[in-house]
Amino acid sequence: MNAPDEATGETAVSAAAAGTNQTGAPAMVDIKSVRKSFGPLEVLKGIDLQVRAGEVTVVIGPSGSGKSTLLRTINHLEKVDQGRISVDGSFVGYRRSGDKLYELPEREILGQRTRIGFVFQNFNLFPHLTVLENIVEAPVHALKRPREDAVAAARRLLDRVGLADKADAYPKQLSGGQQQRVAIARALALEPKLLLFDEPTSALDPELVGEVLDVIKDLAHRGTTMIVVTHEIGFAREVADTVVFMDDGRIVEQGAPGDVLERPAHERTRAFLAKVL
Amino acid sequence: MSSDTLTKAAAAAPQEAAPLRIVPQRRLGLWATAVAVLVLLGLALNSLAHNDAFQWGVVGDYFTSASVLRGLWLTLWLTAVVMALGFALGTPLAAFRLSTNPVLRAVSWGYVWLFRSMPILVQLLFWFNIGALYPQILGVKTVNLLGPVTVAVLGLTLHEAAYAAEVVRGGILSVDRGQIEAAQALGLSRWRRWRRIVLPQAMRSIVPPAGNMLIGTLKGTSIVSVIAVQDLLYSVQLVYHRTYQVMPLLMVATLWYVVVTSVLSVGQYYVEKHYARGSERTR
Repeated sequence: MNAPDEATGETAVSAAAAGTNQTGAPAMVDIKSVRKSFGPLEVLKGIDLQVRAGEVTVVIGPSGSGKSTLLRTINHLEKVDQGRISVDGSFVGYRRSGDKLYELPEREILGQRTRIGFVFQNFNLFPHLTVLENIVEAPVHALKRPREDAVAAARRLLDRVGLADKADAYPKQLSGGQQQRVAIARALALEPKLLLFDEPTSALDPELVGEVLDVIKDLAHRGTTMIVVTHEIGFAREVADTVVFMDDGRIVEQGAPGDVLERPAHERTRAFLAKVL
Repeated sequence: MSSDTLTKAAAAAPQEAAPLRIVPQRRLGLWATAVAVLVLLGLALNSLAHNDAFQWGVVGDYFTSASVLRGLWLTLWLTAVVMALGFALGTPLAAFRLSTNPVLRAVSWGYVWLFRSMPILVQLLFWFNIGALYPQILGVKTVNLLGPVTVAVLGLTLHEAAYAAEVVRGGILSVDRGQIEAAQALGLSRWRRWRRIVLPQAMRSIVPPAGNMLIGTLKGTSIVSVIAVQDLLYSVQLVYHRTYQVMPLLMVATLWYVVVTSVLSVGQYYVEKHYARGSERTR
């Protein structure tokens, strides 16, 4: 949508940065040999992953397998130690010059982040702001949109997640499921090209999981590009274009849900699925 | 025996239409203690009221006298200025301490260490006599530059800033890390994250100890009487040095401190209520 407005100076880099998949279409997300350690513990041991525009990628795996860390590296909440990640043709957090990647000033990283929505496990809504204020904060202050436009857009988004009547409530007055739907609306308010979900239903009571998954499914059907880290295998089967199984900092296997979930090629995938299904 | 009674009670119950009356435990000890405390309190108040040495008439005479009110006014504005400047200096100090820059962290730590270690009385005397170290500052005689009131503001502010820095730092640390991450993920600038997301939430933890500090400072300003700044305490001292009515004039000062502290406590309640918006407890 905004592609023609992108600085032309970046195109040379973009072509080099964006990997291409079998069909020749550029990948929305291109992750190349990413490594990341926390102290002596290596949590990502060389990750390669491509996500095409409009596709839903669901990442599953046991806790501690590195899936949340991988998601957080995509919008530079965690810095990678090695490798590179590009989203929509530009490196996240870095600028390439020759064979070096220079970390960008924070202002530019923040600009990149406005094009990537992130939904947290614990919602992380701002408790001292109303639902509406939570949603309009970033459009008004990060994107410098006029306030009236942002408010109107926020009300449309609230309507879409079924919470039109909660605009003036404070987050603590909502159920967990409602809070997570507000958090999704808040991420959507920036009109991101990519949405990242970090275990969006793990902190919810079982009866509230469905309402959040319904919102995410609706987004998937509208062709939003997203990466979802989750334990909901049923959701993966229903919505995912690609299922990625991670274990011990590596991608063990990936493919269509029918393959990975029904006919896993690896013993570790089979063992994990046997436990969670 | 109890099973026997239970059976009988159960048998009797269905016939009774009215609910059974509940008789609370008799708490004789509670009543006895309450009466004893009230009697002791009454005796103490009685002796206060009827001890002529307090000279309550004199207290009344001086309570709103011009010189006492002038002293009260100085105490009030000194407290306000010192608190404002203390937090204005303490907030960046707290930010330095939490910064990723090791030099800023060390400077902030060193400041808090130094000014918390130094008794405020020693510090006031030090600044009051700074002319001994630097007779002139930028060509001006130090004694002219640093009068008693300036020294009072300077010394109290530097002292207060060290405590304010720790209070603010504690407040910032109480804000969930996820709040900052969410603000970063939304692309909010560092300044905006700080102003809009972190500080308002930190205020909930900052206000109670800041209220403590404010009341402490109000009373603590009385220390400036040692460098002849005419605050509330010094004003009544001036009177009783002349009239020897020590007790009634100390009561004048005490009553004013109590009145102002009470007003501040009420104010603190409303400030806390403001910053608690959106929290479960105000629902």
